[in-house]
Amino acid sequence: MSSADIYKEIILDYYRRPRNYGKMDDHDIEAHDTNPLCGDEVDIQVKVGTGGTMEKVMYTGKGCAISQASTSMLTELAKDKPLEWVKQLSKEDVVKMLGNPDLGPARIKCALLGMKALKTGVYGYLGAALDKSED
Amino acid sequence: MLKPQALDAKKIQADFPILKRKVNGKRLVYLDNAATTQKPQQVINALVDYYSKINANVHRSVHRLGEESTEAFEGSRAKVAGLIGGKPEEVVFTRGTTESINLVRFAWGEKEVREGDTLVATLMEHHSNLVPWQLLAKKTGANLKLVGLNPDGSLKMDEMEKFLNDSPKLVAVTHCSNVVGTINDVAKICAEARKAGAVSVVDGAQAVPHMPVDLKQIGCDFYAFSGHKMLGPTGIGVLYGRRALLESIDPFQAGGEMIREVFNDHATWNEVPYKFEAGTVNIADAVGLGAAVDYLEGIGMEKVREHEIRLLKYAMEVLPGVKGLTVYGPREPERRGDVLAFNLGDVHPHDVATILDEEGIAIRSGHHCAQPLMRWLDVAATNRASFYVYNDTEDIDALAAGLEKVRRVFHL
Repeated sequence: MSSADIYKEIILDYYRRPRNYGKMDDHDIEAHDTNPLCGDEVDIQVKVGTGGTMEKVMYTGKGCAISQASTSMLTELAKDKPLEWVKQLSKEDVVKMLGNPDLGPARIKCALLGMKALKTGVYGYLGAALDKSED
Repeated sequence: MLKPQALDAKKIQADFPILKRKVNGKRLVYLDNAATTQKPQQVINALVDYYSKINANVHRSVHRLGEESTEAFEGSRAKVAGLIGGKPEEVVFTRGTTESINLVRFAWGEKEVREGDTLVATLMEHHSNLVPWQLLAKKTGANLKLVGLNPDGSLKMDEMEKFLNDSPKLVAVTHCSNVVGTINDVAKICAEARKAGAVSVVDGAQAVPHMPVDLKQIGCDFYAFSGHKMLGPTGIGVLYGRRALLESIDPFQAGGEMIREVFNDHATWNEVPYKFEAGTVNIADAVGLGAAVDYLEGIGMEKVREHEIRLLKYAMEVLPGVKGLTVYGPREPERRGDVLAFNLGDVHPHDVATILDEEGIAIRSGHHCAQPLMRWLDVAATNRASFYVYNDTEDIDALAAGLEKVRRVFHL
């Protein structure tokens, strides 16, 4: 394992130049999550468009490069997808999105923080329950 | 006269089997000693010998093994008492610092603290010397007040004086901060607490392992520390309590060993310290802690402290060479313990720790169970390197080189 395997350029790029960072006033969904171990935190907001798509997805947060870059990339990935898409979003999808970094058990939680917040928000909106395995 | 010989870290390293292992193909550079220390072969052997040769329950067995295990267990208590300048009957074995402080919360606090009373702690406490008092205040209706910090990481003593004027019931203070490293003048604080009529509780988790500690000189009512931060096993710790106070308060847990006589509807208590050691105690780890005390006294606590001051001085020279590094706490090594909290530019501590881990360097990153202190420092988290007897200047060189790598990876 080397830094190049974890801190891929794409992760550093999104960490340094976050996309979709900020708050909106007309959101339909909002969720907050933290990783008490690291103190990482994210707030994610979604504006639902016609036909139940995620028209706009934004986030704010602070924390390590992996949690923040992962959340920023996820906002781009989720844009214009149907809300239902969030249900089948998996840990593997997020790891692939990050360029398959070699994350150990201590850091994988950082990578999944944004996904957890997005699922919490969207599931709440859809009235579905968060599966324990997704926690 | 010959100058007393300094501690030989190289020789000490040979006693620690774990230091021979590789991490990510690199030599292990273990700098997370404030979290827990490694164990010398002598302590590991003490555990193996205890279970291989003399294991039996203590105090109540009249057979040979019972006598030998009791002797080993009480021998450890006497060694611990000797190390801190206390008497064996004032040394209560617990699971660790946290349990020791919670013992005081329940056995003393719930009996003595009333609605409207004042409790005093500080902003630099580890959660283990803060949250128990928050809960005690909530349960009793007492008010908890926290003494703040000066910019150099020392306690605001004028604020302490002000709170002492309220005749508080409790003053809880750390001997040495586990983040900013500040060594507090606990002898002065405990003397003033007593004058104000308060009971003093000192968290010694980061002090006893690293410097000579004499409780006669400090004059506290309670003093807590952990075995695993001083070369001993996990799961064993100590609460020192002034004898008269231990005798006047109620038991913590109830069951076997802590009783004198039990009737159908009531019981009377065993003498101290057994009154506070309900059930079968952690005999083996107490024996292991005794071996750790032997090991440290073999080196000499004065020499341990001198060695750590030398490492701190070296670190304070070398680490500022890393551009963008901020070190927290007092500048003078003499005023601080061997913990060094720092941040590197805007790189999150967890990213720093991950990159250092690839180099075989183990440091701590996070809030160090001191969130109010993190808020005061205005950071979400920090990195923390902490040294011990087996560390040497080359470990600090490795840390500095590792931090340069972090700068490269993050394009600082």
